Amino acid sequence: MNDTAQIYDQGEYNFAYLDEQTKRMIRRAILKGIAIPGYQVPFASREMPMPYGWGTGGVQVTAAILGQDDCLKMIDQGSDDTTNAVSLRGFFEKTAGIRTTYETSEATVIQTRHRIPEKPLTEDQVLVFQVPIPEPLRFLEPRETETRKMHALEDYGLMHVKLYEDIAKNGHIATTYAYPVKVNDRYVMDPSPTPKFDNPKIDRMAALQLYGAGREKRIYAIPPYTKVKSLDFEDYPFEVQTFDKPCGLCGAENVYLDEVILDDKGGRMFVCSDSDHCEERRADGHLGPMAASPEAGQFGGQNAQETAR
Amino acid sequence: MTPTNTSLAETTQTGAAPLAAGFADPVHDAQGCFRAVMNAMARPATRQLIPAGGLKPPAPLTPVAAAIALTLIDYDTPVWLDKPLMSSEAVKQFLRFHTGAPIVSEPVEAAFALVSAPESMIPLASFNQGSLEYPDRSTTVILLGQTFSAGPAVMLEGPGIKDTALLTTGPVPPVFWDQVIANNRQFPRGIDLIFAGASEAAALPRSTRITPQEA
Repeated sequence: MNDTAQIYDQGEYNFAYLDEQTKRMIRRAILKGIAIPGYQVPFASREMPMPYGWGTGGVQVTAAILGQDDCLKMIDQGSDDTTNAVSLRGFFEKTAGIRTTYETSEATVIQTRHRIPEKPLTEDQVLVFQVPIPEPLRFLEPRETETRKMHALEDYGLMHVKLYEDIAKNGHIATTYAYPVKVNDRYVMDPSPTPKFDNPKIDRMAALQLYGAGREKRIYAIPPYTKVKSLDFEDYPFEVQTFDKPCGLCGAENVYLDEVILDDKGGRMFVCSDSDHCEERRADGHLGPMAASPEAGQFGGQNAQETAR
Repeated sequence: MTPTNTSLAETTQTGAAPLAAGFADPVHDAQGCFRAVMNAMARPATRQLIPAGGLKPPAPLTPVAAAIALTLIDYDTPVWLDKPLMSSEAVKQFLRFHTGAPIVSEPVEAAFALVSAPESMIPLASFNQGSLEYPDRSTTVILLGQTFSAGPAVMLEGPGIKDTALLTTGPVPPVFWDQVIANNRQFPRGIDLIFAGASEAAALPRSTRITPQEA
């Protein structure tokens, strides 16, 4: 009998790991977060069986909302099959026994780290973000008492000074991820370290967005169809990243691309960061400039032996 | 004397009705109820079906309100009850046993308030409005016995609403919507409202802007 079997012998976890009192506490924080869009609600974050930085905040939010009939998608940097996504998906498969999926449109709850799926989300979906530092003003003002007062008085001048200094130094706003937004014309909020490419998707999104920061013990939310404006200046309007080439595998344009290093001679390719979106497009017959032709068969193909030598 | 006889004798002595049961399946019933309340709060003016899980709470507590209470309330959240609820020993016993929540007599101390006679409820300003630093510390007020066809319609705008939406609910006091408008003006401070009907619930967070419609 191995360790896991022994633990199972002692009885199962409560549904979705957390105890019911913890869920109630998190659920109350979620309701407050929805009622005050963009405001960071303090909550009694629990220690989770994973280290801080692995999405303990997102996991607690997901565990509090998840039901037996939900279908969960778990993504890390847009991908369904990277370490963080795989282990957290396994966590909920084990503790909640629910259905999981890779397909964006099939999921009812999507927990994400640092990306928003390319496919527009629907009203029936909930997007849960893992957040490392929820306070957008933290790197400008380290004292919680002060940042709390700044939010209370809607005093966000410091954030504009920071963006202005970006322009003065670099000629443009150099913030590329965790780009600050103003929610419902009131609270300045950190949309978690998603690339600013995704900021326009947050604005008036049909799905409910919940943000959980485990180590920092904060939950915040953006209800559906809420106005979310990326901070900018009249003469330096907000812009998203652009890519000069399409995805190497599926040929998609106007999507966020990851750089993949191919060799030590400077070879590289750019592919969709949203792996489900890329696979779906390839299944539909879209081919990028670097995709293997369908006739080549399996990776390695006939030359497998040659490669091995 | 056997234990059974003892309990029988005690029941006869106090004349109390036996305690009504809580959720049949505490984990999943509470989850289903929470998701409905969450959707109601995220989409003001929509009506969400509340799975009351076969609850038969003592009157004037209603099954939907009892389900919301068992889902959200526990020993961390002081509860305020209006007069008809407060004067029912069975209701207090039900809430104390199933939630462990302290029942307070000052509305400003409450995290949740249950109002069973909304037509004669106290002003919304009597509840805890939260502070500018901690707007989340305000009271959530749950109105019982609502029917979503009675009363004048109000037009809603704001987070969670695509363009505009109409909400009709009653009974509420005549000055109620003026109070709700004032409540929204002090955003981010303010209370959040949950309207509990016979089988459904709707919610009105403080962020929603309200325009009364001419009848």
